[in-house]
Amino acid sequence: MDMRSPMSLLPLRLDHVTFTAGGRRIIDDLSLAIDAGPRTVIVGPNGAGKSVLLRLCHGLLAPSSGSIAWNSAEPAGAPRRQAMVFQRPVLLRRSALANVAHALGIAGVPARIRSQRAREALSKVGLERHAAHPARVLSGGEQQRLALARAWALQPEIIFLDEPTASLDPGATHEVENVILAMVAAGTKIVLVTHNFGQARRMGDEILFLHQGKIAERASAQTFFKHPRSVEAARFLEGELPW
Amino acid sequence: MSSLSGAMAEAWRLVASLDPRLGDIVGLSLRVSLTAVAIASVVGLPLGALIAVSRFPARRTTIVLLNALMGLPPVVVGLLVYLLLSRAGPLGALGLLFTPSAMVIAQAILITPIIAALTRQVVEDAWLEYREQLRSLGESRLGSVATLLWDLRFSLVTIVLAGFGRAAAEVGAVIIVGGNIDGVTRVMTTAIALETSKGDLPLALGLGVILVTIVVALNAAAYLVKETAQRRYG
Repeated sequence: MDMRSPMSLLPLRLDHVTFTAGGRRIIDDLSLAIDAGPRTVIVGPNGAGKSVLLRLCHGLLAPSSGSIAWNSAEPAGAPRRQAMVFQRPVLLRRSALANVAHALGIAGVPARIRSQRAREALSKVGLERHAAHPARVLSGGEQQRLALARAWALQPEIIFLDEPTASLDPGATHEVENVILAMVAAGTKIVLVTHNFGQARRMGDEILFLHQGKIAERASAQTFFKHPRSVEAARFLEGELPW
Repeated sequence: MSSLSGAMAEAWRLVASLDPRLGDIVGLSLRVSLTAVAIASVVGLPLGALIAVSRFPARRTTIVLLNALMGLPPVVVGLLVYLLLSRAGPLGALGLLFTPSAMVIAQAILITPIIAALTRQVVEDAWLEYREQLRSLGESRLGSVATLLWDLRFSLVTIVLAGFGRAAAEVGAVIIVGGNIDGVTRVMTTAIALETSKGDLPLALGLGVILVTIVVALNAAAYLVKETAQRRYG
């Protein structure tokens, strides 16, 4: 039942994108192509514009200038082929299953197969036992896995992840990372923003280092952590720039 | 003092004996106010939520007006509905004046702004939290309204009850458009006003006790529903 259109969304191209808020240039004349394939991890100090960049890519914010274009545009009103998982998941006051089914409903999945699809998504993230539980009383880690299940159920080509484990303990972080890796294994492109060095090493094929609204360095994870080319990245890795 | 305690005793007797006069009046009160609150909710809940999630030119003016309308004086609403429904009025041909329908219309007009304005506030606060997630999922504005109304259902119950309390307790509008006709349009508040002026304090007090009991019981029930639901759904 893959309703995916033959035309891929990717690559995503940002062309001289600037985003200004309150007189500050949060994203500053940034150009970038995000290709299908490698797991992209965005790192950078606090206030570098990481979350804003993710929201621009996902269409939650509009650039002040410049253009953001997918390889094949998503028609207005059509089901989205991209998803996003936020640092703090927003779950509805319904059961875990109904939360996933609600998202499937928005995506136009017929009512009779929603519950089945939702159940499959829950079992992929290990939450099938909690299907009937109210979503908002699940633990933090379970809530974030539910948010991942909700995103995954939509069968997106690409998932944006905005510090998905920032408020989780190591055990829950590990479980969330495993779900993300399973999504990647199933062919989903991920773009992950993280504050966590270890996570960036574990999860990243390529690292985008963002500094003051610009991409200061783009490199493979191995290269980035061993031999950063830019001064900013080197200072950042030595802990001289604020996380 | 003795007249008050005597009246209280007589009032309790009326309530306890399920006096048919009392029963009719209470029944009509509930029918009118519940119908009015149902109509006001059908209009006010979606309207308030839609204003909360929309951006349009005169939005702030609309919100100020809506909030101001919460304080509409019942007698003014009664007067306006009276003018609309009177024989010479634009809706005079319907023959609704001095019927329970006229009272429903007046109360619905009175409480729709209350329900809409309070809903707008609750939904707007929640919208800040939900907006990015719902937009990310591709939910339309109308879809978001439906999702938010359902997700906030336990808070909205309190708002609907506030509307009911206001409707059941007001006297100014229903006395003008209903006329307080015995057995036709006499409700608890108009009966209390009339019996007090006639000096029949036991009936007035008995009705007063019932009115307060209904309002308190409903609010207690709403509070319990909200408490239980919040524990269960978070």
